[in-house]
Amino acid sequence: MAKAQASSPRAPGAGANLPFLYRHYDKAALREALRKMHLIRRFEEGAEDSYMRGLIHGTMHLSIGQEASAVGICMPLTEEDQITSTHRGHGHSIAKGADVKRMFAEFFGKSTGYCRGLGGSMHIADVSKGNLGANGIVGGGLPIAVGAALSAKKQKNGKVVVCFFGDGANNEGAFHEALNMASIWKLPVIFACENNQYGMSTSIARSTAVPNVADRAAAYSMPGVIVDGNNLSEVTEASHTAIERARAGEGPTLIEAKTYRYRGHSKSDRNRYRTKEEIEDWMSKRDPIALFEAELKGFNILDAAEIDAVRSEVEREIAEGIEFAKKSPMPDLASLERYVYTELA
Amino acid sequence: MDAELRELSYAQAIQEAMAIAMEADERVFLMGEDIGVYGGAFQVTGDLVHRFGEERVMDTPISELGGAGVAVGAAVTGMRPIFEFQFSDFATLAMEQIVNQAAKIRFMLGGAVSVPVVMRFPAGSGTGAAAQHSQSLEAWFGHVPGLKVVQPATPYDAKGLLLAAVADPDPVMIFEHKLLYKMKGPVPEGHYSVPIGKAEIRREGRDLTIVASAIMVHRALEAAAELEGEGIDVEVVDLRSIRPMDRETVIESVKKTTRLLCVYEGVKSLGVGAEVSAMIAESDAFDYLDAPIVRLGGRETPIPYNPELEKAAVPQTPDIVKAARDLVKGAR
Repeated sequence: MAKAQASSPRAPGAGANLPFLYRHYDKAALREALRKMHLIRRFEEGAEDSYMRGLIHGTMHLSIGQEASAVGICMPLTEEDQITSTHRGHGHSIAKGADVKRMFAEFFGKSTGYCRGLGGSMHIADVSKGNLGANGIVGGGLPIAVGAALSAKKQKNGKVVVCFFGDGANNEGAFHEALNMASIWKLPVIFACENNQYGMSTSIARSTAVPNVADRAAAYSMPGVIVDGNNLSEVTEASHTAIERARAGEGPTLIEAKTYRYRGHSKSDRNRYRTKEEIEDWMSKRDPIALFEAELKGFNILDAAEIDAVRSEVEREIAEGIEFAKKSPMPDLASLERYVYTELA
Repeated sequence: MDAELRELSYAQAIQEAMAIAMEADERVFLMGEDIGVYGGAFQVTGDLVHRFGEERVMDTPISELGGAGVAVGAAVTGMRPIFEFQFSDFATLAMEQIVNQAAKIRFMLGGAVSVPVVMRFPAGSGTGAAAQHSQSLEAWFGHVPGLKVVQPATPYDAKGLLLAAVADPDPVMIFEHKLLYKMKGPVPEGHYSVPIGKAEIRREGRDLTIVASAIMVHRALEAAAELEGEGIDVEVVDLRSIRPMDRETVIESVKKTTRLLCVYEGVKSLGVGAEVSAMIAESDAFDYLDAPIVRLGGRETPIPYNPELEKAAVPQTPDIVKAARDLVKGAR
């Protein structure tokens, strides 16, 4: 089982021994990665705030604290490569290039949303950017990703497919069936498990017979790689290696990014299954954005003023996104059944 | 040989349709359990693997949920998979992908994609395979917006509906009755399609409409032939498609005959017959009825193993004869 070497951040000025991320991406790409991480966090904070104000109904599953895994996994992908996402999928969507205007519009149920207001938070998709969609069913996207990878192989188009899922999905039958088929057919798919430690309230220790989700890769004869999911460089390196392997026709990889969600599972969560101390500990010591910013500064890539500029840029984008959503029209009631079947559209 | 007179079995007709679809469109491929060298549990794929290769006639592991999901994912990304379930009962293992994913992806994504997947389900009782290999679950799928559900009764329709299904941009579920696989009938060569959502009047009559599908069409026709000797003139409507359902043909037939008997193999309550009955009750055909609607469906039991009990669990020709006669003579 190949395990990616943990590359802990080097001391400032370490030069040639910089972690993977800083050796492979230029300043503009790193700045863009930071922008996306901030955009994800501020998008979700904006969505949460809009929910509190009654502008968004239903529920939502926030990934605040998991930004490095979404951005790191997607960084080596091209726009043509595809992903399947999860109910906690806002980050994946933004990482793959979605416009927060249309995401907010979808959350507000507006016709300008990515799904014309029919899907909402749990079904956010942007097929034009290769995001085949979030999924309300735990494990639902796994076989679909394998199918997309089968298409890529049959069409010989060089695409790879990333399948995001959470630790909860690793006990679904769909996980096992999907990994097995991807492996026997050597399909260009990367299984990216964001292990945020809890499937709703049930900890991985209580739900899963192996200590690591990645251990299960052995059963399907593929590399299982464990990375610090809050360390952007580690995640990106693992994704890069897995994507190279997939593109070379060598088959799938299972990446387990160990991470943590700061917020509850959904809006019904009363946080009775974990301690305040545990949450505080992750937030204060292992925040993925804080870690990345420290590295950017430490390696003299971005200074404080440049980072502030990224934050202000993101603030503007979020404010504009919410405005756009508020002003967008509601869907026409007469369109209710229009997208059930293709010929009705 | 005259193409119009050529006879094929129902299974051969399906196989020919799949071959034509694969010849015509390289996006079309087959997936399923033991459909390769084994030829499929009912020999429907037969030797297609030798003609098209293992890449296009793909044996899957015994993973119905995963396999169905792979087909859905391939369909969303530009392929045209035809997925064979070994028995329709095994759809229970794949309901998530069929009901939550295949049926809803287009809608949930606001029309951004279509899901052109075809799923084939060998269905029905009569083979001694007992409760887990004999069910008629088509009504379950008929209840799901986003799916289309067809039940061919003849080799001609089996081929034509399959070709229509492959060309359809949306997920089409084909329920093939296992007892029909060996039935022969005229099947034209080459490509043709039978429209999804269109019923067919198999026999015209004045006194009573029997609405049936799949194998029940044949039993209804046998019953009609027998009743003819008693002076009862039966019209038999083959639904062919239960979603969408051809309201017009059924309503017009009932207006003409003024009596309706629904015959179906699925469990009687909450089934296809309930939908047909309600459709008539809600339409202007209701005013034409000279007798209450009668449903003859499967009994409220799993399919038993014992052959006599198995037959008793679903409508047989004598049951249809009796129900039709009683209905026409008002002897309920």
